[in-house]
Amino acid sequence: MTTDTTTSVSLDVRDVHLAFGPNRVLRGVDLTVPRGATACVIGPSGSGKSTLLRTINRLIEPDRGDVLLDGRSVLGDDPDALRQRVGMVFQQFNLFPHMSVLRNVTLALRRLRKLGEDEAEMVARAQLELVGLAGKANSRPAQLSGGQQQRVAIARALALRPEVMLFDEATSALDPELVKGVLGVMADLSAAGMTMVVVTHEMGFARQVADTVAFMDRGVVLEAGPPEAIFERAEHPRLRRFLDQVL
Amino acid sequence: MDPLSTLWETFFDVDAMREALPEMLTVGLPNTLILAVSAALLGSVLGLLLAVAGISRSRWLRWPARVYTDVFRGLPAAATILLIGVGLAPLGMQVWGPDPYPLGILALSLIAAAYIGEIFRSGIQSVEAAQLEGARALGFSWTEAMRLVIIPQGIRRVLPAWVNQLIALIKDSSLVYFLGLVASQRELFRIGQDYAATTGNESALLLAGLFYLALTVPLTHFVNWIDGRLRNGRPATASADEDDDTATAPYAATKGDRR
Repeated sequence: MTTDTTTSVSLDVRDVHLAFGPNRVLRGVDLTVPRGATACVIGPSGSGKSTLLRTINRLIEPDRGDVLLDGRSVLGDDPDALRQRVGMVFQQFNLFPHMSVLRNVTLALRRLRKLGEDEAEMVARAQLELVGLAGKANSRPAQLSGGQQQRVAIARALALRPEVMLFDEATSALDPELVKGVLGVMADLSAAGMTMVVVTHEMGFARQVADTVAFMDRGVVLEAGPPEAIFERAEHPRLRRFLDQVL
Repeated sequence: MDPLSTLWETFFDVDAMREALPEMLTVGLPNTLILAVSAALLGSVLGLLLAVAGISRSRWLRWPARVYTDVFRGLPAAATILLIGVGLAPLGMQVWGPDPYPLGILALSLIAAAYIGEIFRSGIQSVEAAQLEGARALGFSWTEAMRLVIIPQGIRRVLPAWVNQLIALIKDSSLVYFLGLVASQRELFRIGQDYAATTGNESALLLAGLFYLALTVPLTHFVNWIDGRLRNGRPATASADEDDDTATAPYAATKGDRR
């Protein structure tokens, strides 16, 4: 499988607060993801889901609260080193359009992991093969479909052997027929034992793959639990309303 | 003689052109190229530094870049060349002697840098914030992300404007004649002008003009070609294969099916 399961770690988000001026985006978020587990974060737009992901790898620094990997706070760490441990996949892929697919994957391997060119290419090609895109190594991202681009983005993040993976609405920008392929990669990764936080609108995926589903609304996790509990026995009325609308 | 043939002979006297041609080729053209290419290199490097300073988060880098750009873009090129070429001449005399070229190149570079800096800055700022976020998420520092991801994309987007500036530079290189050139230092324009002054016939100057066009027009077309190629990528190696996307389990389970 893709990941050495022993490398993934547990993730704890504790009472994270964040405000942009008067706009309190996160108002005390807690989230626990055991080692190797997958947490899906669902909720309406603007509830703070994407911002929460960005506080985990500190693309945005939280105002208050703590983020722990393997029980140890990461807020005192060098953020660049932290981000090499925490892979992230974006809604719009964020591939580098001026580089080939292969170089998108090798760039961080060579510059950050200091691998030689041959070794970096070997790792990258193996990773591309695992997402089914070995034949596209020399293409430019713009020559690929959205689904293929997102799988390259996943390969790019996985090549660094992260201990946690964050997915920010990874399939929201894709044509419907391309969604399945990307979700398949994510499901396999979850099954391989990667610790994952998946912000998604794909309720079917959350139901099948997640160990925990967290429902966020207005900057807090209103309800969290195993998928059956969330989807079958939702307690909070806001969650029930939300599920009524999306299911 | 009728006015039309007078006009013709003033500008298209083949003998006058033929007389000026050897010196244009052996002296004027190399000198123009030395001035323009050196100033283009130095001006582009300085321009890139200005662009990065201009978008820096530190005001101590931003403000000097702003002031520099305003000053050197706002002064007439001739004034800058005279100010630097004459003003710094005593200093230059001690460092490299009476040759006016180093100061001429410096002045041309400083002017070009002000424009090129603005061109590069607009290109760099046009790169989507998501690109920076994507690079930072991989663990690159801000500086590395700028150098490896943002700046290369930004500069590609403004290559045509950058070449416009190089074309202006080729033409502006004629202004170093203000600094007083000995015969072997004259560039295309000065040689044309000298022939025109001694013969009273403008044909040599027209020939100089043709040399400038021979430099600038291919440059424009060359950059358009580069631009198109960067925009569309090299001819596609393979077309996007949609089959890859509709598969449900693209991991190890189906690895064997894939190319």
